Amino acid sequence: MSAVAVEGIWKFYGDYPALRDVRIEAPPGACLALIGRNGAGKTTLLRIVAGFSRAQRGKIRIWGKEPREAETRRQIGFIGHGISVYDELSALENLTLFGRLYGLADPRRSALEWLERTGLERVRNGLVREFSRGMRQRLAVARAFLHEPSVLLLDEPFTALDDRAIAVLQRLLREALAAGKTIVMSTHQLREALELSTHVALLTRGQLAFHGPRTPEMVEDPGYVYARYGEDRPN
Amino acid sequence: MLDTEALAQPKQEVGTARAWTRFPRQVLVVAFKDLRAELRTKEAINASFGFALVILLLFSFAFDPFEETTRAISGGLLWIVFAFAGTLVLNRSFARELPNDCLDALIAAPISGAALFLGKALANYVLVLAVELVALPVFGIFYNVRWASQFPELFLVMLLGTWALTIIGTIFSALTVNIKLREVMLPMLTYPILVPALMACMRLTTALVTGVPIDADNMAWLKVLTGFDIVFTAVSLVLVETVLVG
Repeated sequence: MSAVAVEGIWKFYGDYPALRDVRIEAPPGACLALIGRNGAGKTTLLRIVAGFSRAQRGKIRIWGKEPREAETRRQIGFIGHGISVYDELSALENLTLFGRLYGLADPRRSALEWLERTGLERVRNGLVREFSRGMRQRLAVARAFLHEPSVLLLDEPFTALDDRAIAVLQRLLREALAAGKTIVMSTHQLREALELSTHVALLTRGQLAFHGPRTPEMVEDPGYVYARYGEDRPN
Repeated sequence: MLDTEALAQPKQEVGTARAWTRFPRQVLVVAFKDLRAELRTKEAINASFGFALVILLLFSFAFDPFEETTRAISGGLLWIVFAFAGTLVLNRSFARELPNDCLDALIAAPISGAALFLGKALANYVLVLAVELVALPVFGIFYNVRWASQFPELFLVMLLGTWALTIIGTIFSALTVNIKLREVMLPMLTYPILVPALMACMRLTTALVTGVPIDADNMAWLKVLTGFDIVFTAVSLVLVETVLVG
């Protein structure tokens, strides 16, 4: 059984097909780098996989189940473009809130543990609106990992992160992969993504141009996938 | 070799013994989150309360409080103020989730759309009711009406009427959250639907503040109000998942 299966997804914005018959599979323990130019449909696809949006055609399966089922949502950790934490609440209140929503046995203890793992334990009672950008991003990472999801969906996770947040995220992603968790991440930072990834999917104007295991050539030359399979390939 | 069976199982402890309380707990978690956030910023409650006072004051200049006709329309004036002031609270309900894309995190959480909606509606209900309870004595002073003479009955009407206002306002707040002109769209969408409930509230309130008890004559309005609450609560709970996710 695939951890994440995208089965013939079509998504239209009006008459414009943002995604056209996209089929991708991420086996358990894989790290799938979802790459493509701006507007290729990466974010749209990730939002459908996460259950935030519905496709007009096709199916998404997370561990064989619909993404909108409550049990499936407990399995998913999502980092999107926003940090998805509340400015008016403290770091501890934010994580405790999400711990409660995810039905954790001891939300406060889990929250404290993740604040420590992301280096935010000293500011745990500070309001998020007073945090620096880097601290807010680390809190977003803690929020996504808090409920120990088995599938991580990351939409351009390295974009706009400071050095410390990048280091924290990379460490957590490596730990997640070592624990057998599955990662699907869209990214423009090809070098960072391809070093971590086991599989690559290239989207071009809403269509899947390439999907397969990552090869050594891709790591050596991050532009290789675009040159070989994307719009940059010679006719 | 990966143990995919184990990986496919959620790690959270969601014991079956607590399963039956899960829904109300989720509702309360969302409600307390919204109330805590609002009490920290006081954005909506200050605007709503200030607006209610200003409108009550302006209406008091327009209508002579000692004239009988003013008392005859006092219920209507009061509920117009409640509806306008309430909209300011309701407008913020889902808009509060937009900064930092917090709505995504709520939709991603393993709670039903119904729990999320009811939690938000409950928080809105408390806030709107608080504004109304502070505005009510001011209304009594400006319009020279005996609002306290049948307060339990009046409070019942306020509870039912405010729930109608809240439930319609909250579902349309969810529907209009991504619209740029949502501050304009929300009242345009909600007030026409609220007409039966507002009419019932206005009739009942006018009767109660002028010393007429709830009897067979105006009991029908109480039934309309109760029916409105039940029907639109049920419809909203059914539709909210579609409204949020499409």
